[in-house]
Amino acid sequence: MSNTNNTMELVCPAGNLPSLKIAVDNGADAVYMGFKDDTNARHFAGLNFNDKRAREGIAYAHQRGSKMFLAINTYPQPSGWQRWQDAVDHAAELGVDALILADIGVMDYAAERWPDLRLHLSVQGSATSQESIEFYHRNFGIKRAVVPRVLSLKQIKTVAENSPVPIEVFGFGSLCVMVEGRCLLSSYVTGQSPNTFGACSPASAVQWKDTEAGLETRLNNVLIDCHAKDESAGYPTLCKGRFNVNKNTYHAMEEPTSLNTMALIPELQKAGVAAIKIEGRQRSPAYVEQVTKVWRAALDSAQQDPDNYQPKAEWLQALEKVSEGSQTTLGAYHRPWQ
Amino acid sequence: MAPITARGNKIMTTHTPKLSLGPILYYWDRETLFDFYEKVAETDIDIVYLGETVCSKRRIMRDKDWLEIAIKLKNSGKEVVLSTLTLIEANSELGKLKSICKNEEYTIEANDMAAVNLLSGKQTFVTGPAINIYNARTLNMLSKQGLRRWVFPVELSRETLTDILEQRPDNVETEVFVYGRLPLAFSARCFTARYHNLQKDDCQLRCIEDPDGLLMSTREEDPFLVINGIQTQSAKSCNLIADLDDMKKMGVDILRISPQSKDTIDIINIYHDCLHGKKPIHEASSELEALSPTSTCNGYWHGGAGMESVNQHLNEKSVE
Repeated sequence: MSNTNNTMELVCPAGNLPSLKIAVDNGADAVYMGFKDDTNARHFAGLNFNDKRAREGIAYAHQRGSKMFLAINTYPQPSGWQRWQDAVDHAAELGVDALILADIGVMDYAAERWPDLRLHLSVQGSATSQESIEFYHRNFGIKRAVVPRVLSLKQIKTVAENSPVPIEVFGFGSLCVMVEGRCLLSSYVTGQSPNTFGACSPASAVQWKDTEAGLETRLNNVLIDCHAKDESAGYPTLCKGRFNVNKNTYHAMEEPTSLNTMALIPELQKAGVAAIKIEGRQRSPAYVEQVTKVWRAALDSAQQDPDNYQPKAEWLQALEKVSEGSQTTLGAYHRPWQ
Repeated sequence: MAPITARGNKIMTTHTPKLSLGPILYYWDRETLFDFYEKVAETDIDIVYLGETVCSKRRIMRDKDWLEIAIKLKNSGKEVVLSTLTLIEANSELGKLKSICKNEEYTIEANDMAAVNLLSGKQTFVTGPAINIYNARTLNMLSKQGLRRWVFPVELSRETLTDILEQRPDNVETEVFVYGRLPLAFSARCFTARYHNLQKDDCQLRCIEDPDGLLMSTREEDPFLVINGIQTQSAKSCNLIADLDDMKKMGVDILRISPQSKDTIDIINIYHDCLHGKKPIHEASSELEALSPTSTCNGYWHGGAGMESVNQHLNEKSVE
């Protein structure tokens, strides 16, 4: 189902209250957050919301006309089930505007216990086709689906056109090369994955070591990369390391880049995409401010005059400054590797 | 119905699980495939999963080829399940999936929620390891849609399976991935094409050159992962042979072996012999270690990092 009113909602990340307020102040239509535990996919130390901060944040957003979404998008196992169930109840009582869920069991519970609460399918639900979105719509009445970053623009158009509910796509931020919800690389090495723990390549497993060859980055003792003195060393996210395949040493899976689809706004709009999501609940309030401001301007500009829309040089420069690895790409939307 | 205790837990009675052979995750040529399944038909394997689950461009086998193999296996007394694609992106892939799901002769293994949706309420189905069933509520919900067997996700532990099985529906069988390189991730990108500096659309199906995938090692030359087109696997082979007795007691119904280019038949025989008390576990364990392409691991099952190998010494003693 295409978005009928032709305006795309800007959905911005908040890992803490200052980020939430800055996102609202700079024009986010909606802000998404998570609780301070493993029920969401940005389970990092010092991040996310306790009850008091969540209440304050939701009130702040609602007073200023922005919506608040809450992500409960990891997969509970029986020993932790109660925590996910409590998170759903807590969010409903707080009055969030939508829950972003991935697990079928959690969705089943939320739909039964809180039938009036709006549910969105998280990107962690790995729905890459209208047919899989239909499953969640038919059974749980979801109102929106966030689609994985692996789809091309053409595929997004097809899904948007045929999906029973509007879709939300990623516009900017860190790029996952693997399909979200279907990557176990992190738990293979550390025991903790986005699905089970809400973190990929968790900081507790990271080791940095200065050696003669350069700065080694390891994850639970596995060498992810070794950076020569003149190279900048990035965080050892597993899929962004350099490895050997038949004696060739290279980024065998992914080079460290960020996603930026600003150039595609009119096409996404035309395709009927309902909302653009900005990645980065783990990033600083300064990042949230910059990205929200620039994307607000871009969306407004494309809305007013889609035919003559062009991303402004200063917008791209501003985004370049805050992106990881300082490189931006259209990701899978445009597939140079296809 | 299984008896229920006062606490509501089902009593598990020890039984001998069946053995299954998972779908071939690599791209093998036609002749190799026909030969391979000819030999599989002569083994004691109970269930065979057939079909392409990784990449829709791998079309060396047509539907009628798979069905020909299916009939042969069925005539040898095997249960045949048709496996489907894990990452559904293009409309053509969806179309192909729909046509497989229309078949009524064989059970389908769904590896994407699109397949689950197509089969729900129409015919009973199996879910593969890429369908995230992490808790009993999910399992029960899917059971109402027609799920009759599920493959336990590979990153979860025996503790989690024990907890789920306490609340499982009666009519659903549990299958555990016990041997083979672990399917760890899926991407839209083809890492085999990337290695050959080819575009995905012009990949020339080079993955056919690597019948066990392309080994990716760390810069210290430790075997780490395996590139298999759009799929990434573990370099180590999961091996849960030392946990057979434990799985019997837990009520696991089926043990899955994932094919590799060499020695799969021997691996099936080793598992079969152990299940029927004809081979001691410690002997099987070292034989399987030698037959794995690099080495083995069992960390996920024991609640740790998947790549870890938990010492089975204590388990071996209790088995003997």
